[in-house]
This record gives sequence, C-alpha cells and structure tokens, in this order.
Amino acid sequence: MTTSTTAGPRAAEPLLSLRDVTKTFPGGRRRTGAGAPVRAVDGVSLDVAAGETLGLVGESGCGKSTTGRMIVRLLEPTTGSITYDGRDIGHLGRRELKPLRRELQMVFQDPHSSLNPRQTVARIIADPLLVQGSPAAEARRRAAELMELVGLIPEHLDRFPHEFSGGQAQRIGIARSLATRPRLIVADEPVSALDVSVQAQIVNLMERLQRELGLAYLFIAHDLSVVKRVCDRVAVMYLGRIVEVGAKERVYAAPAHPYTRALLSAVPLPDPAAERARERIVLPGDPPSPATPPPGCTFHPRCPKAQEICRSEAPLLRVATAGEAREVACHFPETDPPPNGT
Amino acid sequence: MADAPLLSVQDLTVTFPTPRGPVRAVDALGFSVHRGRTLGIVGESGSGKSVTSLAVMGLHTGAEVTGSVVLDGRELVGLPERELNRLRGRRMAMIFQDPLSSLHPYYTVGEQIAEHHRVHFGSRRAAARRRAVEMLGEVGIPEPARRAGEYPHQFSGGMRQRVMIAMALACEPELLIADEPTTALDVTVQAQILELIARLQQDRGLAVVMITHDLGVVARVAQEVLVMYGGRAAEQAPVDDLFAAPAHPYTRGLLDSLPRLDDRDDEPLRAIPGSPPSLLAPSPGCAFAPRCPRAAAATGAERRRCEETRPSLVRDHDRLTACHLSPRGDTGAAERPARNGGIR
Repeated sequence: MTTSTTAGPRAAEPLLSLRDVTKTFPGGRRRTGAGAPVRAVDGVSLDVAAGETLGLVGESGCGKSTTGRMIVRLLEPTTGSITYDGRDIGHLGRRELKPLRRELQMVFQDPHSSLNPRQTVARIIADPLLVQGSPAAEARRRAAELMELVGLIPEHLDRFPHEFSGGQAQRIGIARSLATRPRLIVADEPVSALDVSVQAQIVNLMERLQRELGLAYLFIAHDLSVVKRVCDRVAVMYLGRIVEVGAKERVYAAPAHPYTRALLSAVPLPDPAAERARERIVLPGDPPSPATPPPGCTFHPRCPKAQEICRSEAPLLRVATAGEAREVACHFPETDPPPNGT
Repeated sequence: MADAPLLSVQDLTVTFPTPRGPVRAVDALGFSVHRGRTLGIVGESGSGKSVTSLAVMGLHTGAEVTGSVVLDGRELVGLPERELNRLRGRRMAMIFQDPLSSLHPYYTVGEQIAEHHRVHFGSRRAAARRRAVEMLGEVGIPEPARRAGEYPHQFSGGMRQRVMIAMALACEPELLIADEPTTALDVTVQAQILELIARLQQDRGLAVVMITHDLGVVARVAQEVLVMYGGRAAEQAPVDDLFAAPAHPYTRGLLDSLPRLDDRDDEPLRAIPGSPPSLLAPSPGCAFAPRCPRAAAATGAERRRCEETRPSLVRDHDRLTACHLSPRGDTGAAERPARNGGIR
C-alpha cells in the first residue's frame, strides 16, 4: 500500500504504539506443567503510523492474535503500555473505552461465525453506531452506504448472514468495522478462511478502502505472500516476541533473522521450476510451548546457527545494519540476501 | 514408463441424495496415477476434490458411486465391503487434514499402528508392536519406543500427522491419498511433512494423490495436476505445462489472483469475481461461466454455449481442458470426451 511515506518505525509520530507489552494467562492444568502461567506475549514493542499497514506474521501460538486483541482492548495487557493517539489506553475501564471503540475496530477470520445469524445485515452493520447512540434511521442509512462502499447491494440490507457467501460475509464484517469511521483496523487473518479465488477480492477491497479512507491496518496473518502484498512494514513474531521488524522490501529481500529466513523458504511457491531450484531450510522440531519457553533465545533449539551464547542470553531487538529501517533480535543476524531469492 | 497406471479412475460420478434432491458432487471424473508419481488434485470448497478421494477409497456409504476405479487391475466400484476392507490400509491408504480426529483418543499410538498390522498380516502382538515402533522411527519421531506408548493428545500437530503417516504406511500400501495433509499445520511444519512424504514415496515407490487448495503445494510435490471446479475436471496437465500456460480460464484466474512472494510489482491483484458455485443448483452450462472473463467477452452462439452446454474435456498433447472457448477448444460437442485421463 502506498500511504506510508516514512518507512522507519520511529520516524513519524505513530498513531499506535506498544511498549514492552506483556500478556500472561493463568496456567492450564497438567499439560502446561503444574499451572505455570503462560506468557503469550512477552515484551512486544511496535508502532503503526496513520494510514500505514503493519503486517504481523508468525505461526500458531506466537501471540500475534493476543497482541491484536490487546490493541482493540478485548484483552488488557499484563504490563507495558499501549498508546493510541498520544494516550495510554492499556488499562482504561469499560466506560472510558467506549468512545475509543469508534476509532479502533477489528475484522475477524471467520466471517460467518463473527456475524450474528439471527440479525439482519442492516442490524449487524449498524450495531456499532447504535451502541454509540446514533438514531436508528440514521444508522440504517449509514449501513446502506457502507454496503455500497464494500461492494454489496444496498437492497440486501434486510437479508440474513446465511444468504451470503463467505466472501460477501467478510465484506459485511468489514462494513461493520467501518461504521464508526475508525482510523485503525486490526484485521486478524481476514482472508485465510476464504476460498483462494475469493481472497484476492478481499485484499483488493481492503487496499481500496485504505486509500479512500486513510485507514491504518494491523494485518495479522500467517500467509507471508498475502502480507507481502498488503503491508508497508512487517513484524515477525516467535513465541511471544518480535524477532524481526522493518520495511517490507528489506525483510522479504534479505531476511536477517534465521527464523524469518526459514519461514520464507518454507512457503511453497506456485511455480514448479522455482520450487525445484530452491534451496529450502527445513527447521527441525515444533515451536515450543509458551508455558515452557527455552532459555536464552527462544528460537535456539530449532536454529541452524545457534551458538553457546544463544542458549543463555536472550537477544534484544536492535538495528542490524546502521541506518537501516529494520530491527532484528538475533546474536548472529544474516547480512546477505538468501542464495537464490526467496 | 510404459507400465499400466497403479490407479485408474474413469467416469467417476458421486451423487448424494438430499432432501432438496440429488446433488452430484463429482461428475464424470477421470485420472490415473503411476507408481512413484504424484497427482495433485486442486480445487476450492465444493469442487468435489475430497469426495473424489473418499470415493476412491470406497468410503461413501449413502452416496451413489458410478464409473470405474481400478487399482492395479482390480475394479473397486461395486466391490463388497469385506473385500474393500482387505484393500484399505493394505494396498491403499489415506491421511487427512486433521489427524487428531482420525486417531482414537483412548489407545496409544503404538497400539493403533500395531492393530493395522495384526489385522492385515495376522502378526503376533509383539511383532506388530515392534513394527509400530519401527514405523514411528521411520517417520522421524524421536525416541519411537517411548512415544509408541503415548496417546494422541500428547503429540503436537506436526507429530500427529507423522503418526498418521506411520499408520497409513505400516502395511506397505502402494497408493497414498493425502487430503489436505498440511492445511492445519504451520508453514515450517508443513515443509517437514511434505519432505517426509517425498522421502517415503521415493523409498517405497508410492503412488501419491495429493489433494489441496494450495497451488504452491502442488507446484512443490506433483508431476501431474488435475484442477477441479464444481465437481468436474476443468483442466489436467503435467505440472510445468499447467503453471507455465494454464489453458482453462479458471486455472488462469486462480494463478493470476494469487499474491506471490516472487512478485516484483504491487499492482492490485487480478481477482476472480463472484464465488464458487453451489452444487444444489448447478447450471446446465459450464460451471465457471458466471465468473469467466472469456464467457463474458463472448457473444451470440458462443456465449449461449457456455451458459447452456457442459464443455467436454478435449485433449491437446498431454493436456485436457474443458472449455468451449479455450484456444484449441472443443469444436464438435458430440465428440466423446477423452475421459481416461491418462496424464503422466
């Protein structure tokens, strides 16, 4: 997307900023080891500028959705600060949050299960406005307007969610998120439940809306190809921490963290010749449980480059190459582009 | 490879009776797979790809299955259940997207793998158990002897899929059908599982049918590809031909709409308008016609043909395409389609 002029994470006054945000959940039963608390998010700092898209990628359990949910304050952070438009919103109460909910909205993964099956589309889309105290007639008029904006037929306002396909249902979810004219939308895997042939429609729609409305997105996804298309900057998470963050071009062309490198090399390309020519890094093992994180760098048990220091000392997120708008948390960051492209 | 294909499917049709009338989930499908080769079947939800795999395994009770499924010279359609039971697991095996729901939660994974061996080979308990441990080792599970005594919930998603593969291959089948085996897995774990399947295939000369919605996975593992849409074959071709020059407008549209890691430009994606068709109200014409740019550009008789007549598969060298308007398209609608598939 084209709206960001400053690629650097600390350049402009950000719309949203997270500093050392941590979320700890009380421990489960025996599987996670005697009720030990689980640190799902462990000291995450990130910024989103107005009108830009930050991609948040990582595998299941890395804490990306928990991070998104704290930003829209469906969850309260355990420690750290979440600053939106200059104000710390991390620990606001219900009443103080209400006006904020206009500005921060969320789009969910599964369009059908995030829409109430017993409400009409008009009601679903208008709901945030009604909550904010708009008169019913006005809310309905706005709902019709939003239907049109997201490419649906306004005459279908009185239909129910089951009358729409998956792609259309996701358009309804997006329309609802836009009702209160938000400035930031947290989109949690917005296309991954959709058919391949429909995903592109939704990606294009989100890009158009961003251009027209000047929205900022936090785009959470596991699909690195989609994220590359949509984002200005990318943050890669592993086991609750950001391991690499920076301008999309840099991260994709020359990933500095061995995990980013492995992730990119694992994505199957729809090109048989390229697939045969590729040198793949296949990581051993599974991501560890956040209940029992390994000491030192949490990636070290799977890392092809791990040394002694990696087992004992957690690397901090820092600029790898001077003057570059990219940070990496690794004792031995890669400096060259990978051998044969991605 | 002049030998006969291990699996040969012709004119396969699967119809489900529903309160709203019969639904034809798979319609006149044909393909074949040789030993040591991988056929990728690609399609979206409702394309009939999973129904096809279950029909090959003879796992559709309640559906009407017609046509022919020949495994190593033996016709499977219409075979009594008892005979099928002898073949499933022994000559052909299947793995699924969600291994947890395919494993029994009350038995250790070792017991579950060993049971296969005892049923098919009548081996003794101890021998079957040794075989289970051996298989777990072969699929890359560390400390196989200890882990054979654990229950499915004690394994991670990737490890469970390895257990499924161990179970599927314990009796040395020649055909492995993998239905979205990596869709529920993380991308780094997916890479491990695909690599494992490729290694086992090479070691054992397995014929593999890989069913997926992910064109990247197909490009990685398959030599031949069948693209399904609305229960029918849209296009079948060798993998390089298919990706280099897709002939069917649906295949073309799918490839064009994908965001890709190796893209240079940032233009909007070329999306396919609309949604996949409903099988409850199939159109008499080409299932893709309502979304097809070629049909939209056509006029008069050509347009009517797309909307009113099913296109039959037409062969062009190694490629089969079902499109009225494809460059080397069907000219005589009366011509019987080349359904034996025969792609290699």
